[in-house]
Amino acid sequence: MSALSLKTYGMLAEFGTPADIFEAAMRCRDAGFSKWDVYTPFPIHGMDEAMGLRKSPVGWFTFCGGFTGFFSGMTMIWYMNGFDYPLVVGGKPLFTPLYAFPVSYELTILLSAFGTLFGMFFLNRLPKFYNPLFKNLRFRKATDDRYFIVIESADPKFSVEATRAFLTDSCHATAVELVED
Amino acid sequence: MASSSASQPSRHPTSKGVVGSQSTPTPTLKVANAPRELEREPLVLNNRSIGWITNAIAGVCENPMPMWWWPAFILSFGGMMTMFSLIAYLVSTGVGVWGLNQPAAWAWDITNFVFWIGIGHAGTLISAVLFLLRQKWRTSVNRAAEAMTIFAVACAGIFPVFHTGRVWFALLPGYLIPFPNANEIWPQFRSPLLWDVFAVSTYGTVSLLFWYVGLIPDLATLRDRAKGFMRRFFYGLFSLGWTGSNRHWSNYEKAYLLLAGLSTPLVLSVHSIVSFDFAVSVVPGWHTTIFPPYFVAGAIFSGFGMVLTLLIPLRSLFKLHDIITLRHVELMCKVLLATGSIVGYAYGMEFFIAWYGGSPYELYAFKNRAFGPYWWSYWAMISCNVISPHFFWFKKLRVSVVFVWIVSIFVNIGMWFERFVIIVTSLHRDYLPSSWGYFTPTWVDVMTFAGSFGLFMTLFLLFIRFLPVIAISEVKGVTPQADPHHPLGGAKEHH
Repeated sequence: MSALSLKTYGMLAEFGTPADIFEAAMRCRDAGFSKWDVYTPFPIHGMDEAMGLRKSPVGWFTFCGGFTGFFSGMTMIWYMNGFDYPLVVGGKPLFTPLYAFPVSYELTILLSAFGTLFGMFFLNRLPKFYNPLFKNLRFRKATDDRYFIVIESADPKFSVEATRAFLTDSCHATAVELVED
Repeated sequence: MASSSASQPSRHPTSKGVVGSQSTPTPTLKVANAPRELEREPLVLNNRSIGWITNAIAGVCENPMPMWWWPAFILSFGGMMTMFSLIAYLVSTGVGVWGLNQPAAWAWDITNFVFWIGIGHAGTLISAVLFLLRQKWRTSVNRAAEAMTIFAVACAGIFPVFHTGRVWFALLPGYLIPFPNANEIWPQFRSPLLWDVFAVSTYGTVSLLFWYVGLIPDLATLRDRAKGFMRRFFYGLFSLGWTGSNRHWSNYEKAYLLLAGLSTPLVLSVHSIVSFDFAVSVVPGWHTTIFPPYFVAGAIFSGFGMVLTLLIPLRSLFKLHDIITLRHVELMCKVLLATGSIVGYAYGMEFFIAWYGGSPYELYAFKNRAFGPYWWSYWAMISCNVISPHFFWFKKLRVSVVFVWIVSIFVNIGMWFERFVIIVTSLHRDYLPSSWGYFTPTWVDVMTFAGSFGLFMTLFLLFIRFLPVIAISEVKGVTPQADPHHPLGGAKEHH
């Protein structure tokens, strides 16, 4: 049993429709699994609640990026035109946030966008080019028109027989198979 | 429609209730009809299955390109190389090979810049603004429109960079990019021209990020269908190991929403800042407060013109009629009508304020626009931009694709002339009659601009060749088959 679970990545269950996997996800959530995931070709509306996921924290990365962008823009312009090489144009003050605003605004957006993108990559642990699921031919349809649930063998509630029975009988998967690690 | 599913049916036994991967509509399910007043044309016609959508869109870049692609590519590539050669000629000889000179020191270069950057705006409007407004029809057109945005920004960037003449000063530290340099000079941040550098480069970068984020799940689809090693390697590399995990989708959707929320103020700011290039100066005809909204509306107008110019042939050449439907064309025509009306209003209001404002220079600038030596460009602009969108009050004309395509060409022409009118007619006669002049483009001007279309089309044709032209996962997501609470999504009766 333990020798088997070392080689096993998890149990893969296939579903034919969004409604089927939606129900199955709720059953997996209620069964108390922790290391499991739903794989779908497009985001299914309401699936986060069905899986019991918390709200995505990507927004914090966006905020940090935007904050950095705005204040580095303001600081940069103050330093360059107001401090390091004071530039008098039209007798105006050397620095005001008004003329610095357009560039700081653009930098806010630029760094927010970078924060969002790289925050999302960080939270999703991407890029990740090796994944045991990629070796499974059936799983290739996960980006086409099939829907999958994988319960990992690392989950404390995982057992080959019981999990297989659970996915087949309670969740009504159309196919269930073990995935090698 | 070469699909892996067709060759491996045994591994995927179709069971009851499965929306099949073949192009069969689900015959057994009865969907209750909505009341007539709530009925809408579906976004994907003919009740196509999820698998059909994958095959139809991925098939475009998996199958060999049709015969027309090669002559189109060779022509575009030739245009692109012409442009690059002429730029080499300009850099090695001097900016005098273009026709611009005092008093019209900005001419075709900045006209072309504003023209191309404006084209880009429709892409961001479709991808970001319509996303925030929950306009689901955007999914069929956003990928191509975003690609168009990026390629248009690439074309736009060339002109302001090379009109500086000694381009190494523009790009290297000192003038545009704040970077410690031997002269210890920093850029002058009060200048709208510098704001423009930041606006356009941010716009190009964020558009690229947004486009790429949208592409990741579709690249994973192509990776999983890829036959050859090269395709599997490159699609695998750029899809970053995407699996479609819902834990990933959760963060992904939030990131996509945030990027849309960031792109919306960005797209409005970019053309506003482009208009500041003019409005912050004291040139009659430029120094007006109407410029930012007028430029943004014009940009969206021109961009939708270009989207229609590109997508109408694309949908018929690749038989994507079920995904880019007549309803999409019609809705885009309505956007043309709305933004075209704003542009027409702005033309009228400019004239009114020139008279009402009481500045003789301003009034002269506008009289000179309509009746001076460049009268032909003014009336070309008026006939293309003011008259042509108003055909779209009529549904019959909005759904006639050939007619829409022809009008979209006129919109493109008209919007180029708008920028030419604003720039050249305002500059060629300023305060001092002794320095008046008349700008004429040289052959280098003309061929460089023509060549920029070559660059644009080369990039677009390569995009068709290698990337999914429609956002596969997004289109799937807006079908009823994707809804777990809809009968077509497999929901049981009791839901």
